[in-house]
Amino acid sequence: MHVVVVGNPNVGKTTLFNRLTGQNARVGNYPGITVERKVGTVKQLAAQGVPNEIVDVPGCYSLSSRSPEEQIALKSVLGMDGFQVPDLVVCVVDAGQLTRNLYLALQLAEFRVPLVIVINMIDEVPEKTIDASEISEIFGVPCLPVSARTGLGVDALRASIAAALKTPPRPRLAPKYDSELIRHVDRVAEAFPAAWRRNVEHDRALGLWALTSVEADDELEGIPSELRERVLEVHRETSGTTIDEAVITARYALLDDLEPRFYGKVPPKHERLATKRIDQVLLHPVFGFAIFIAIMLLVFQSLFAWSDPAISLIETAFGALATFVTELLPPSWFRDLVTEGVIGGVGNVVVFLPQILLLFLFIGVLEDSGYMARVAYLMDRVMRVLGLHGRAFVPMLSGFACAVPAILATRTMERQRDRLLTMLVVPLMTCSARLPVYTLIIAALFPPTDLFGALPVQGLLMVGMYLFSLLVSLIAAWVLGRTVVKGKSVPLILELPPYRLPRISTTLRMMWQRSSLFLKEAGSVIMVCTIVLWALLSFPKSADVASAAASPSPSHQIESADLHPTAIERSYGGQLGKLLEPAIEPLGFDWKIGVGIIGAFAAREVFVSTMGLVYGIGDMGDDDAPLRDQIRSATRPDGSPVYSPLTGLSLMVFFALACQCVSTLSVVRRETRSWRWPAFLFGYMTILAYAASFLVYQGGTLLGF
Amino acid sequence: MTLAQSRIGDVVAIEAVEGERSFRRRLLELGLVPGTLVTFLGVAPLGDPLQLTVRGCQLSIRKSEALQIRVRVTEALGTSASLVPSAPVSA
Repeated sequence: MHVVVVGNPNVGKTTLFNRLTGQNARVGNYPGITVERKVGTVKQLAAQGVPNEIVDVPGCYSLSSRSPEEQIALKSVLGMDGFQVPDLVVCVVDAGQLTRNLYLALQLAEFRVPLVIVINMIDEVPEKTIDASEISEIFGVPCLPVSARTGLGVDALRASIAAALKTPPRPRLAPKYDSELIRHVDRVAEAFPAAWRRNVEHDRALGLWALTSVEADDELEGIPSELRERVLEVHRETSGTTIDEAVITARYALLDDLEPRFYGKVPPKHERLATKRIDQVLLHPVFGFAIFIAIMLLVFQSLFAWSDPAISLIETAFGALATFVTELLPPSWFRDLVTEGVIGGVGNVVVFLPQILLLFLFIGVLEDSGYMARVAYLMDRVMRVLGLHGRAFVPMLSGFACAVPAILATRTMERQRDRLLTMLVVPLMTCSARLPVYTLIIAALFPPTDLFGALPVQGLLMVGMYLFSLLVSLIAAWVLGRTVVKGKSVPLILELPPYRLPRISTTLRMMWQRSSLFLKEAGSVIMVCTIVLWALLSFPKSADVASAAASPSPSHQIESADLHPTAIERSYGGQLGKLLEPAIEPLGFDWKIGVGIIGAFAAREVFVSTMGLVYGIGDMGDDDAPLRDQIRSATRPDGSPVYSPLTGLSLMVFFALACQCVSTLSVVRRETRSWRWPAFLFGYMTILAYAASFLVYQGGTLLGF
Repeated sequence: MTLAQSRIGDVVAIEAVEGERSFRRRLLELGLVPGTLVTFLGVAPLGDPLQLTVRGCQLSIRKSEALQIRVRVTEALGTSASLVPSAPVSA
């Protein structure tokens, strides 16, 4: 038995879904679409011998669609285009916004799908306000008041679902459309492929859908050309906008007419006082804005402060594990594969986890409480100057921690164009993986002195890098928005849901599920890259280097012949670095940095450990002092220093702008369903990084630094 | 007049929604059909977007979008959704 749950956004569908399915819900994807698909089983029903599958369809205000994402609701509800035909549709409705929510239920009724209406959040309206049995009478299907939050009425709902699966309840409500419109609808239905036809009511409802969804330039999938032709024909006689208005006003006229019967003796109060009062503060032009900035700073600060101890713990743990294995196994390439490749690779992934978890948690709380929409509201004007949408603010901010969850957070934006623009710009934000690189370079090459006796040079540089990346990302948004990702300015039309206390279990579960998905996807990519990198630097092995390593060496410990600098030079990785050298020389880099940059492609912080390897330093642990010393004292063949502050600056600028993160590219590929955009992302960022680095180095040299 | 020209606190009735097709359709489907009452609650710190109440829910639209919504001022009591008073509504 296949059950589908639909409803407006923010009606508590997910909470209800979780109540019905318990622990067994899985999150996945619709094929070819980046919308989350939640599937589960209503356990009690399964226990009673009714095998079932219940799917949570993404929230929608209406079945009419403009894009493949919006078509999901229609396809799920009707079982079209490869989707399974549901045995029951459960429409969840918000008790505080009955009429608007029932617009969707009315559309479902027009299709005559087996339907059960659930009035959720019944605890948010005064008791006995809503006459559920009357609504049931009007629609001709069961209508149950519940509160998914408290669990009230959920048992009755399960029983009702079980009964409905045995005897499908068919709705009997439909608006009266004028005969001219019906004529148009029938003409459109004539052009349906055979697979789309079922019965008169269904075909008419689908014809209405086609007339209000299909356009000359829509992005809909699976619309046969004859159908599109026929719809456009009708539109030439009676414009699409006229039809839209006729259809939608007819539906609302019916609902408004019936409205008094929805409510019982106690008249409704559309007030939601608590939300209004809170908004008076939180959306106040001055205080609201100030509070908003404070909250964002707090979130940001906690993100770093809370994850730091966990990250150190993880680094220490993996370091210890590597040491343990090193002592356990005899020296061999296999041991190195395990310690540097596998353990190192997994470590590179797990070290992300604290920030990812926290980020998803914050985003989840912002969404579930209703504050996320307020953020979009407050920031829209500012974001629009850059061609971005108000909802882009949280993803951009998240980019300061890690681009991957930030890119996933763009799913809250409806239009592909907005999402794409944000996705292309977020990787320019200074993510936390760049920090170890900046720290190393600044500590190695810049003096711990104070400018004007008060401002620490090192601190200023760090802040400067942040501001620099912010500036570049804003400019990039502005430029890209007008060129590559051009598109119609998308309307805002944001709904500000009532404030609600998020249910901890729901939020935590979402956080966990999203993080696991991230771990699996980005994780596998990073690990493969780390192993490939290790292989590049470890092979081929040369025998004559072993004797060179036997002689005592100046400043640091070499654990094996493999770490001898010459061995690195002869490895594939080293050769690649040498190959790269002429290209990066104008930026002030040599082949060793080249190797580091190649390594950083897996994950930026790998630059530091790769440089360690290149300079023949074994396990550095937390202390990169030996590496810093090496960098400071490294000289070219002609005696001049390899690294100057200028080189350092050029390198930092390069890292700030280059797309050195396979995970980011992999997530962008998944979210845009094509290779084109990740390729473009990599391309434009590389060019930007090269150009900026070039300007810095050559310009600085000309100015005499 | 358009919605953009109303003052904070005004309760206005929709006369027509103009503009691009999908924009219109979305607003109509959210219940902003002709005759519906809309309360203009306020604006964001920089004057844009606007905050409205329609049929018991809070919406936010940009000023440029509000310019495409034609309305007329009413003197309705309370926040009843439609112009035809249904049940007696307590203010």
